Amino acid sequence: MKSTADHATLAEKFNRDEERVDWHDGALWWIRQKRDRSANLTPQWEELREAASAIKSNVISNLHDYLVQFEENLTKNGVKVYWASDAEEHNQIVYSILKAKEITQMVKSKSMLTEECGLNEYLHERGIDVINSDLGEYIQQIDNEPPSHIVLPCIHKKKEEIGELFHEHLGTEKGLSDPTLLTRVARKHLRNVFLTRRAALTGVNFAVAETGEYVVCTNEGNADMGAHLSEVQIASMGLEKLIPERKHLGVFLRLLARSAIGQPITIYSSHFKKPRPGQEMHLILVDKGRSTLLARPDFRDSLKCIKCGGCMNTCPVYRKSGGLSYHNTISGPIGAILAPNLDMQQHADLPFASTLCGSCSNVCPVKIPIHDQLYKWRQVIVKEGYVANRKTFSMKAMSLTFASPDIYRTAGLTGRWILNYAPFAVNNKFNPWYKQRDMPESPKQSFGEWYKKNVKENNKDA
Amino acid sequence: MSSREKILAAVKQNQPPLSPLPDISMFNVVEVDIASKYTDTFTGIGGQVFAVTQLDTIKEIVPEHFDTSKRIVTTIAELNDIAELISANVDPHGFEDVELAIIEARLGVAENGAVWLTESVMGQRIIPYICQHLAVVVYEDSLVSTMHDAYAKIATEDYGFGGFIGGPSKTADIEQALVLGAHGPLSMTIFLVK
Repeated sequence: MKSTADHATLAEKFNRDEERVDWHDGALWWIRQKRDRSANLTPQWEELREAASAIKSNVISNLHDYLVQFEENLTKNGVKVYWASDAEEHNQIVYSILKAKEITQMVKSKSMLTEECGLNEYLHERGIDVINSDLGEYIQQIDNEPPSHIVLPCIHKKKEEIGELFHEHLGTEKGLSDPTLLTRVARKHLRNVFLTRRAALTGVNFAVAETGEYVVCTNEGNADMGAHLSEVQIASMGLEKLIPERKHLGVFLRLLARSAIGQPITIYSSHFKKPRPGQEMHLILVDKGRSTLLARPDFRDSLKCIKCGGCMNTCPVYRKSGGLSYHNTISGPIGAILAPNLDMQQHADLPFASTLCGSCSNVCPVKIPIHDQLYKWRQVIVKEGYVANRKTFSMKAMSLTFASPDIYRTAGLTGRWILNYAPFAVNNKFNPWYKQRDMPESPKQSFGEWYKKNVKENNKDA
Repeated sequence: MSSREKILAAVKQNQPPLSPLPDISMFNVVEVDIASKYTDTFTGIGGQVFAVTQLDTIKEIVPEHFDTSKRIVTTIAELNDIAELISANVDPHGFEDVELAIIEARLGVAENGAVWLTESVMGQRIIPYICQHLAVVVYEDSLVSTMHDAYAKIATEDYGFGGFIGGPSKTADIEQALVLGAHGPLSMTIFLVK
């Protein structure tokens, strides 16, 4: 399923359709603007971000004890707890729970963790059918494509393409592309799924160590439809989803939906604590690289992420390259700092898919210094030798140029001469900067030359 | 060593020195007119609000706005002449055909329009999610300004399941076009009781 092409190659493919790129760019920027309006209407917004970040710092520093406390309370509440080191172990646990009850069909609400673990494929190979019930994820599933955005899984698709998929898979009339009508069709189809599945799996947004409850946030109501009709309810969560006390939910629920889509709160914030009579509840705590990330002081703050997607909506590279170009379940700036921790070689290209403009860090509700981490990952990746030769060479050339005033002056002069008198030498396919860009018109003199001349003349006047 | 022991040992070894929890007691918003703030917010997210002074008024509003030939359920004893009382002990799948559910909220939050419900006021956990239309009775004196105040009121209450619901279910997954009624209710109504 994983692609081997790098971000630049995949982005180039996405960039071939300029009209679509502009549309994608605009759609995400609109969401960013909604986030801004919502944040500006919230008193003490910056203090809220500060508090959220500090709570998460505390979680990271005391994770061991919170995990033990959470497990104790879950058990007291009648929830069965499992621990999984990696994707394989997580998938095995889910399979064993379903197998014990002879269940062959499951409905799932949005969970990036199970996407990352390849749970659907694993279960499918063992004869268990999984349906993703979040509308966007359902659309991506029937198209056999991973989500391109953690909050808006099919943001890159046009309604006509979705209409075509529905025509093929749900038998709607050909050409039907009205969002309301398509949603009604999915509602009817998935309602039948909810009513007939004995098992439901959800992700976890926040888990409270103090009480042993966990909170799942959706706008569609799909997590609740699945969970409350199921006889077996499973929740999969990464270790970092813990928060210390129930009252801390107030801080995070105020920030999450506002940062994600500019909404004051998700429509549903469901607090699951104990199974209903006759129901089984299982919760799987998944490490999958989190404990390793904890050991990297420069990068451990990325464990604070509450998966709002705000950094993606604001990122100029994400908006113009599309989520699928990141060849990782979690795309965008946050995906680019999480992925190298799991596999540095496979994701060596991702920290370079950024302009380091810092917009991601400015919108992050838990104040992860995302652009700073992107910069630091680049250094680690180059040092470990995971970067392409072409990039290493050009970086060495650049550091040599900036280190010597003579070479710098000569390089500037040569560059300006080429742009003015021999533009064909750079306006060609061998120059990656020329792709999707026009080379700039070159000034007649360098800043150094201008400064020498003007400052000298000014000094003369004085 | 089991995965549990391995994970806990690695976490213990790798976690940084203790960082203190912040004080979050400064997030206080004092609303002058909390009822109108709540009404504005809830209307803004696509719900409708009826201000009533007694529960009997609800009996007049319901037939005007909902299809009473279909199934209506409630947990509020006073409404048992217009709705069937929800049994806590039947199969939740049996509520699939509910047109309207009328339940009572524990509290309402002015900053986001959400109501807090626990399973004791839902009758069954599935009720506010499976019905086609949801109506919630909120008493004005149960309104709070922010989520911080809401959790201060919920405090250490023990429940099996509880949830905030802040409007009709919705999605914007198809080209960012807002559609009310994704998997949960198509509409949500608040009866705000003085």
